[in-house]
Amino acid sequence: MNIHLQLDLGRADFDVSVDVQLPAHGISVIYGPSGCGKTTLLRCVAGLEPSARGRVQVGHEVWQDDAQNVRLPTHQRAVGYVFQEASLFEHLDVSGNLAYGLRRSRNHVSDTVLQQAIDLLGIGHLLKRRSHELSGGERQRVAIARALVTQPRLLLLDEPLAALDHARKQEVLPWLEKLRDDLNIPMLYVTHAVDEVARLADTLVVMHEGRIQANGPVAEVLTQAELPVVVGEDVGTLLTGVVLRLDAPWHLAQIGFAGGALWVRDSGLQVGQTVRLRVLARDVSVTLAAATDTSIQNHLPCVVEAITPDVHPSQTLLRLRCGDTVLLSRVTARGVHALGLYVGMAAWAQVKSVALVK
Amino acid sequence: MHLSAEDFQAIVLTLQLASVTTVLLLLLATPVAWWLAHTRSVWRTCVASLVALPLVLPPTVLGFYLLVALGPHGPIGQLTQWAGWGMLAFSFWGLVLGSVVYSLPFAVQPLVNAFEAMGSRPMEVAATLRANTWDAFFTIAVPLAKPGFVMAAMLSFAHTVGEFGVVLMIGGNIPDQTRVVSTQIYGHVEAMEYAQAHGLAGVMLVFSFVVLLGLSWFNRRSNHHANGHQKAGA
Repeated sequence: MNIHLQLDLGRADFDVSVDVQLPAHGISVIYGPSGCGKTTLLRCVAGLEPSARGRVQVGHEVWQDDAQNVRLPTHQRAVGYVFQEASLFEHLDVSGNLAYGLRRSRNHVSDTVLQQAIDLLGIGHLLKRRSHELSGGERQRVAIARALVTQPRLLLLDEPLAALDHARKQEVLPWLEKLRDDLNIPMLYVTHAVDEVARLADTLVVMHEGRIQANGPVAEVLTQAELPVVVGEDVGTLLTGVVLRLDAPWHLAQIGFAGGALWVRDSGLQVGQTVRLRVLARDVSVTLAAATDTSIQNHLPCVVEAITPDVHPSQTLLRLRCGDTVLLSRVTARGVHALGLYVGMAAWAQVKSVALVK
Repeated sequence: MHLSAEDFQAIVLTLQLASVTTVLLLLLATPVAWWLAHTRSVWRTCVASLVALPLVLPPTVLGFYLLVALGPHGPIGQLTQWAGWGMLAFSFWGLVLGSVVYSLPFAVQPLVNAFEAMGSRPMEVAATLRANTWDAFFTIAVPLAKPGFVMAAMLSFAHTVGEFGVVLMIGGNIPDQTRVVSTQIYGHVEAMEYAQAHGLAGVMLVFSFVVLLGLSWFNRRSNHHANGHQKAGA
């Protein structure tokens, strides 16, 4: 069971041309700078771009195959679409918006689906309100619930948080995580925000000027050295680990992962809990011996796996392998030269800060 | 103020004409406005100008061309004769045709504005919620464009009530058939019946004022409504 997208669409600035297989579960984040064709790709999948040519297959359903003259109109594709800005129908209240898709969905579903969506997004108290009586975050939650009640085979989310301020984003994000964990619906999630990638992505697709630059499990893609061009200052690694122990007096928690352990801020963690960590390349430095006279708490033995030039000529990106895990480190080229680093060399990674993303 | 039986006849006929014209105009203007609001065709400006033509053309010019077209040798006249409807000139349905053409821009423009303000997003959202195009048009586009429809209907009705030149040219001022309020007033004045003219003119004055009052009240209400949305959205 896969999602296969092979699409071509001519645009004024550049052509969008992709051919990609995505897993039919979890969140596939389509990431890239503004105007790189991410939204266009999503619109093609939904059938909203009439001039797109190619093939769209979701599981066993073929929605579009221009070679076979197959092209389902949007309303016949089992898709859920959440647009960037609030797109609720203003002449209907929340329950009217939810009922709109429910009445028209193919497999005439019962009210339990509606109730599930309402519970899942926590909007039971908003049902009688109109769009203009909702906050931005509430509107997006209603829009997500409205897409869910049609029981889509694929949920498309086009920068659903981009129009929200930081506080509203933090309000909606947990609901999206809940969606990923509770539902068995694959999602394509378009964003240009790295923190959303870190928090939500299972699969990462990096787009640049209409082409796919990289695609695969998020932790792998993030450590590919050619990415800094796209990701810029925020290049880093994602780690999944388990809370090993707590150091209560110092408010720290130790997170174990394949290849080592790191101390992080204890923000009310439980031993045994699974967490996601984000380690930015700029927070990782390298020493030749295990340093003891430093304030930095996290030292990991590692092997230098690759040394690649960064965007700015003064900077270098290092790929450091710690057991089964790869860390990226951004250091100056002069520092690499002074330490005499080479590929295959054993060294120590110093991690200055780690962000807990979940 | 006293109104004669003929005056009342003229008033009833005027209201009939304006009602029929308004209904036909809404049916005709809706697809035209939808097309104008959504097309990227090179013909758009051409059609838009054609629709707006009655705004600048003297009504007598429009009436003259319509009279020729409706006449026994005109294209419309030949068509109606061929269809067995006889001649439309100097008949009620001829007036309806003239009024529809004359008031077309007043029905089309508010609808174009409403459809353009709505954008294509609501229709796209409806499609992703499994609604086909017709379904989405009637359940989403029409309710969202309701202020435009109300505006179009009021303007078409009022403009048809107020027309004179076209009616005179193709109607011929026949009592009970094509004599409307405006031509009846003209007749009174020609016949030096100033008291009668005063009565009818007064009715028109009050009617026009009430329509304008209603329009501005409606505008303020829907603006207020829209502002409320923006405020909540900010």
